[in-house]
Amino acid sequence: MENIGLLIDGFGHILSWNHILLMVVGVTLGILVGVLPGLGAPNGVSLLLPLTFSMDPISAIILLSCMYWGALFGGSTTSILFNIPGEPSSVATTFDGYPMAKAGHASRALTLAFVSAGLGALAGVVMITLLSGWVANFALKFSSPEYFAVYFLAFASFISMGAQSPFKTLVSMMLGFALASVGMDTISGNLRLTFDIPELIKGVSFLIAVMGLFGIGELLLTTEEGLRFEGIKARVRLSEIGRTLIEIPRYWLTIARSTIIGIWMGITPAGPTAASFMSYGVARRSARDNSMFGKGDPRGIVAPETADHSAGTSALLPMLALGVPGSATAAVMMGGLMIWGLTPGPMLFTDRPDFVWGLIASMYLGNVVAVFLVIATVPLYASILRVPFSIIGPIIVAVIFSGAYQVANSVSDIFMVIGFGLLGYVFKKLDYPLAPLVLAMVLGDKAEDAFRQSMLMSGGSLNIFWSNGLVSALMAVALALLLSPLAFLLIGSVRKRKNEVVAPGGDGSPAG
Amino acid sequence: MKKSVSIAAVVAAAVGLAAPASAFEPNRPVEFVVTAGPGGGTDIFARTIQAIIGKYELMKAPVVVTNKGSAGGAEGFVYTAGYKGDPCKLAFGTNNAYLLPVRAKVPYKSEDLTPVASLASDEFVLWVNGKADYATAADFVAKAKEGGLKIGGSQSKDADQILTSMINDAIGAKISYIPFKSGGEAAVQLAGEHLDANVNNPSENLGQWQAGMIKPLCVFKSAKFASDAKVAGDKAWSDIPTCKEAGIPIENYAMPRTVWLPAGVEHDVVQFYADVLRKVSETPEWEKYLADSSQSPGFVTGDELKAVIEKDGATVGEVLKREGWLAN
Repeated sequence: MENIGLLIDGFGHILSWNHILLMVVGVTLGILVGVLPGLGAPNGVSLLLPLTFSMDPISAIILLSCMYWGALFGGSTTSILFNIPGEPSSVATTFDGYPMAKAGHASRALTLAFVSAGLGALAGVVMITLLSGWVANFALKFSSPEYFAVYFLAFASFISMGAQSPFKTLVSMMLGFALASVGMDTISGNLRLTFDIPELIKGVSFLIAVMGLFGIGELLLTTEEGLRFEGIKARVRLSEIGRTLIEIPRYWLTIARSTIIGIWMGITPAGPTAASFMSYGVARRSARDNSMFGKGDPRGIVAPETADHSAGTSALLPMLALGVPGSATAAVMMGGLMIWGLTPGPMLFTDRPDFVWGLIASMYLGNVVAVFLVIATVPLYASILRVPFSIIGPIIVAVIFSGAYQVANSVSDIFMVIGFGLLGYVFKKLDYPLAPLVLAMVLGDKAEDAFRQSMLMSGGSLNIFWSNGLVSALMAVALALLLSPLAFLLIGSVRKRKNEVVAPGGDGSPAG
Repeated sequence: MKKSVSIAAVVAAAVGLAAPASAFEPNRPVEFVVTAGPGGGTDIFARTIQAIIGKYELMKAPVVVTNKGSAGGAEGFVYTAGYKGDPCKLAFGTNNAYLLPVRAKVPYKSEDLTPVASLASDEFVLWVNGKADYATAADFVAKAKEGGLKIGGSQSKDADQILTSMINDAIGAKISYIPFKSGGEAAVQLAGEHLDANVNNPSENLGQWQAGMIKPLCVFKSAKFASDAKVAGDKAWSDIPTCKEAGIPIENYAMPRTVWLPAGVEHDVVQFYADVLRKVSETPEWEKYLADSSQSPGFVTGDELKAVIEKDGATVGEVLKREGWLAN
């Protein structure tokens, strides 16, 4: 309970009009960079970093971390409205968010996303407040085999997601792995799959792929269907926001589960992207009736958003406690700490409690400010959908292309976006799922690195994945998740056969 | 006293620059290409220089910093090398600028870049877990000879692995090397007792040292650190013995922080940036940056720099050759 006292001191440090104003500025800028695809939180924060050199560390971190929160919120906006994820971590939100907006419920989808995101973030901060010391020690237990087990778990929880043929899922996933391996390999230090093309040595950016596959691909389909967004039908109703707010408590189970997944993935730095995918996969699998998933199920928005934000928030804890960044944005902020004359690491909690607890207090306040600000923007965003497609379509294309250029200031990326757009269109037409490709691109090279590091550590023995309680438990859960659809299938067919034997007269009772 | 003199010198220099003394002066924004991701050592190096240039107005043209850190920095060097003769592109890196083309098939050669200056050198320290039972480097060497030890570091066939190979060669051991994406990851893995040692730069491990999670055994430097301020408990950087006296016969191993122009630029362009960077290296802000990150000062340019690069390239090239890591 000592932490609560420190937290109250922290609030004492940050409660001033000056700091609240910085929060509003930070969140607003963050929403802006989050909404523009390609710019993203890490770039936004590094652009702002030089401005903070002359500030005192507490004001500086408030500004930067609030920008981070804002960007996380902004990223989901374009996923829902245009099927273009502004941030890698909001890809999973497109799966149900975009169909819901398309069906005319943009306000509902946005409100669901923002509120669950806010709840996830607050849960993350509460965890940091109560468990900071314990979590830091726990994170130290993670080495390469444990990381691999976590990534494996993420893949396993996602594997049986699509309704499509498992072979199509496999093709899509393998393509994702291939794309993830382009560029320099961490373990051998050699270039792979670059075909002596200088533009390929930096690898294929995940953001480029997503903007093409989802954004351009969707635009091509819309054009084919007759140049209109079905969202035009959407009327902006303030009452819809209110009704959605009342609806939220119904998803408490999804929210609780996603929070746990998010916090877990945040402190074992697997990151918000993995968290949102995994949470979506688990929500879909555990839903009694999952027929609406992919067509605008509210749980399909709540789950990834909650996990995304609780992971994003928890990712700051390893940075503070161990001096290792849990996300790209955290890495930039850590650079900031050094410039402000602080050493990130375990001693920060004892040397500068005013800074650490000021930051934690600002997470509470900053997220509340962010939720209010983004909900206030819902009517504005939702009304964008009423602009005729012939006007908004070209604007989206322009935004995507400029975003693609901004990712790495590289012209070749624009052509790559077009290529991915065509691929996305073909995938949609042939009914191949995109999600496995995206997941494999995000986690593929990390999983590969972790696996090969483990093999170097063990001298080539697979036993390292069963060498201690933690990694064994993770692997066991992952294998259970991986094999459970197969097991259900077997049980189902056995039961069916039994029913056929027991009830040849046929009382018509369905099996399972 | 000394400090105020150097400030005066800088102000005088800045005033002097306002007059059209130099033949070349960039007339459009200058791009600082950081050959590392945001937040890393090279990133802070470039952004500190950007901030100092801005503060003392050492250059009229604005500076834009971009991060091109993929493929171990090759992305940024290929990008810079592609602007042959362009006086407004500067690449910021380490010794990777001239080592990458030797050890990997990257689409540029070291002749495609013109060295401008080296502003500092980052040191390497041998770190072990705080609970490890060896108190000195000699104990570590004895354990290493028994076999089975693991050193983790940043990237593959890069500075950390090259140093590991040099240690193995010097003491006749077979320590294995596990590559990670960054020195920060290697630091946490060591604190969690998943590795036996790492050879991180001082700034990468300071936080964990202060908390007693890890401890330094020796520094790969011909003389001890100069700074005797107590940074971790009652220990100062100057308390760390040199590896040579502690039992690992490696004289000096450091990573220069370097700045490059594309090939084919005029001599006065190189001269202009070298002058700007020299002025940067004489500011109190630069002194503070070096002290905060425990790097050694040392401004080198011109023929002296070429000699340093050649010498470093030869030493490291030998290791690459021995390990069979040469790309061509």
